[in-house]
Amino acid sequence: MKPTLLIANAISKQFGGVKALTDVSLTIRKGEIYGLIGPNGAGKTTFFNVLTGLYHPNGGELLFEGYKLRASAPHLAAQSGIARTFQNIRLFSNMTALENVMVGRHVRTQAGVVGAVLRDPQTRREEADIHRRAEELLHYVGVADRANDLAKHLSYGDQRRLEIARALATEPKLLALDEPAAGMNASETAELRVLIEGIRNDGITVLLIEHDVKLVMGLCDRVAVLDYGVKICEDVPAVVQKNPKVIEAYLGGSVA
Amino acid sequence: MDIFVQQIINGLVLGSIYALVALGYTMVYGIMGLINFAHGEVVMIGAMVALFFVKAFSGLPVVILLPLALAAAVCVCMAIGFSIERIAYRPLRHAPKLAPLITAIGISIILQHLAMLIWGRNYHAFPPVIPVSAHEIFGATITSLQVFIVLIAAAMMAGLTLLIQRTRLGRAMRATSQNPAIAQLMGVNINQIISATFVIGSALAAVAGLMVSANYSIAHYYMGFMLGLKAFTAAVLGGIGNLAGAMLGGILLGIIESLGAGYIGDLTGGFLGSHYQDIFAFFVLIGVLIFRPSGLIGERVAERA
Amino acid sequence: MMTFSFDSLRQDKRAAIAATVGIGLVLAVFPFIVGSALGNSWLRILDFALLYIMLALGLNIVVGFAGLLDMGYIAFYAVGAYLYALLASPHFGLHLPVWIIIPCGAVLAGIAGALLGAPTLRLRGDYLAIVTLGFGEIVRIFMNNLNAPVNITNGPQGISSIDPIHLGGVTLAKPLSVLGITVPSLHAYYYLFLALALLIIFVSIRLQDSRIGRAWVAIREDEIAAKACGINTRNIKLLAFTMGASFGGVAGGLFAGFQGFVSPESFNLMESIMILCMVVLGGMGHIPGVILGGVMLTVLPEFFRHSAGPIQQALFGKILLDPEALRMLLFGLALVLVMLYRPAGLWPSTIRRREFSSGTDKEGA
Repeated sequence: MKPTLLIANAISKQFGGVKALTDVSLTIRKGEIYGLIGPNGAGKTTFFNVLTGLYHPNGGELLFEGYKLRASAPHLAAQSGIARTFQNIRLFSNMTALENVMVGRHVRTQAGVVGAVLRDPQTRREEADIHRRAEELLHYVGVADRANDLAKHLSYGDQRRLEIARALATEPKLLALDEPAAGMNASETAELRVLIEGIRNDGITVLLIEHDVKLVMGLCDRVAVLDYGVKICEDVPAVVQKNPKVIEAYLGGSVA
Repeated sequence: MDIFVQQIINGLVLGSIYALVALGYTMVYGIMGLINFAHGEVVMIGAMVALFFVKAFSGLPVVILLPLALAAAVCVCMAIGFSIERIAYRPLRHAPKLAPLITAIGISIILQHLAMLIWGRNYHAFPPVIPVSAHEIFGATITSLQVFIVLIAAAMMAGLTLLIQRTRLGRAMRATSQNPAIAQLMGVNINQIISATFVIGSALAAVAGLMVSANYSIAHYYMGFMLGLKAFTAAVLGGIGNLAGAMLGGILLGIIESLGAGYIGDLTGGFLGSHYQDIFAFFVLIGVLIFRPSGLIGERVAERA
Repeated sequence: MMTFSFDSLRQDKRAAIAATVGIGLVLAVFPFIVGSALGNSWLRILDFALLYIMLALGLNIVVGFAGLLDMGYIAFYAVGAYLYALLASPHFGLHLPVWIIIPCGAVLAGIAGALLGAPTLRLRGDYLAIVTLGFGEIVRIFMNNLNAPVNITNGPQGISSIDPIHLGGVTLAKPLSVLGITVPSLHAYYYLFLALALLIIFVSIRLQDSRIGRAWVAIREDEIAAKACGINTRNIKLLAFTMGASFGGVAGGLFAGFQGFVSPESFNLMESIMILCMVVLGGMGHIPGVILGGVMLTVLPEFFRHSAGPIQQALFGKILLDPEALRMLLFGLALVLVMLYRPAGLWPSTIRRREFSSGTDKEGA
């Protein structure tokens, strides 16, 4: 069995009286593609936000590579190696595609004010590295030709890919993708699938929230299903698909 | 003890005026997400128009004179409020966020100096046409004028609340403030709603202007600036965009300021004198915002991802 | 092919050098042109324009780069100015040299920036504006009232007879003689201010194009995404407040030495608003635009001041309207018109100019 990367231990989160997550526990192993699915409002994105430090959980803890993650400290989550994308793309709209990815390098670089002003050899070298790495990543996700366009001028699919490039720039061990295929057509989704598999083959663990059940089942090694903030099932796709609770959750609520 | 009661009364009067002005800021902010920086100047214009109207027709009996002066001030201010929105804000609705702030500052400068051109640089005394009788309560004095100010302010606030909660216009305003695009899809004419917001806010400003100049017996082309600032502070204190917040913030700020002015010397052992009154308001504001970043009863906006 | 591109590269470099030398020459002789054509009052205005450029660039870091709406920026100018006034005037009998005071002013203003910035970190947009505005007023009111019980600031009277700026035993208050050329005092100040303004421009450009500068812009564009990229938004915001404030501190010190007098009235809210207007009107976040904004908003009101009276005199034979009111009226009108016709500012950056509107706000999920 592959070694463990992330353990979520009884995570709970409430908003006012609404229980968005109730004692959700799951384990993600190194090098796998882990799917998190569930009907709308099941708490998938809430889990993401707790994982990446945007929300403070009401209970439970996260262990990443054996170390406890500090709650509500997004930059520390990024530093320890968790990168994410957002369900409704959050790029730096008035920065170019290249600059967006360069910002992703922030957490792995050091230059401060003095370095910026003096531009000593070390800073120059670091800047050059940032630039080169950002260009490589743009190539990797396939938006290199739009490097100098403002992020807001990119097409929807390109924006999704750019967001992945920015997340990869932080050198994550765990890449969390929040509905990356949302709004994509069949061929774009197919490209995305290749991209995600490539990322995994480079040794990065992927956590995937997705509505596109076909994509999840085809891509993921293991899948957890949330319903009303509770984990109802966690297993390989073939087993999950046959789980009666899962079928009920999907068919009971709405005809998907 | 009588100082305490006296300062509470003074604070309540001042606070009622702040609240009326703060409502203007908060309504515009609620609907457009914009600080109408020129709002304080609208109050000043209201004060000036009312004062000069009273001066010009001081022969009339007070019961006719004051309502007429008020009507004149309200009409002028409504016209100004309407024009400000049309000229300075509407064309910039989709512009970068700070552009309307700069036009607002520009309009504010224009109004101030128009007033200076028309009415000069001097302080103007409000003619003593209002018979003022003083009453004693709990060892403090309250004048009939002060009672009137508080009552009228309360009536205006109640009226506005009814308007917002119970009428078609109010419903449209609430819808627009929630989501302009959807409101438009539902058939709300947003342009009309925004104009109405400015006009209503300006009418309240005119009333406040008359109150200030009558209560402190003075008006000046520069008076709108600090008053506007304080009222805006009050709106933020309560939670900007929230009507009840503006009322609460206004009254609290008035009372805090009065108490501060009365007691700051004693509190600091004479180190800080009453000229620190203005600081007091800001310290309270900063204190509140540090613990409640969205104001006292403002909507808590959780960070959403 | 090789030689061609090499040549063009060399040509580019030559053109750049030529342009630098040209601009340098113009800047060097500029005070003489202004002084002889328009007189000393305009020379003073020119000196002030340089101070305002420094201030506008400082505020540009906070508002333009990091997107933090600071409406109390003048407080840092005040800190720098009062520090100079206290350390180099008969008020306390101290007469420290300028090369000690100005750096101290930058550091002290920077610390003040961090201190005032710290409580505002959780606030957004307009709440931040009102709190910074409150801080600015608090600083001013303290300066107005710290004459009792211990006289620190001399209250509303302000501090006068401040030492003029000395550099290595040479005072800038009297005409200098350099290589046989007499350089009047206002010119000497011009060169000093120009040197520091250029330094601040240089620092701004370097910061903008750096890891820190990108982090500032990222926070402006989307704070949550910036956090998710591993940016410690608290520290980076504080850094913006500190850097911006330190520029203000430098300009404040220079102002005190130049003016010889400081009082709380020079640091009122209108001044903060003025500097904000320079930044936004020029083109937020775009350094050349901000410089242009600084120059425009220093020169324009003065131009109206000098012309509002005489033009009426010429047209009507007498002064019909209060020139001061008329001047500000025109100024207000100019602010409104510029924003209506150029909402992104007079000189926004080229990429942003293509489409100024940032579209609708992103809704949270």
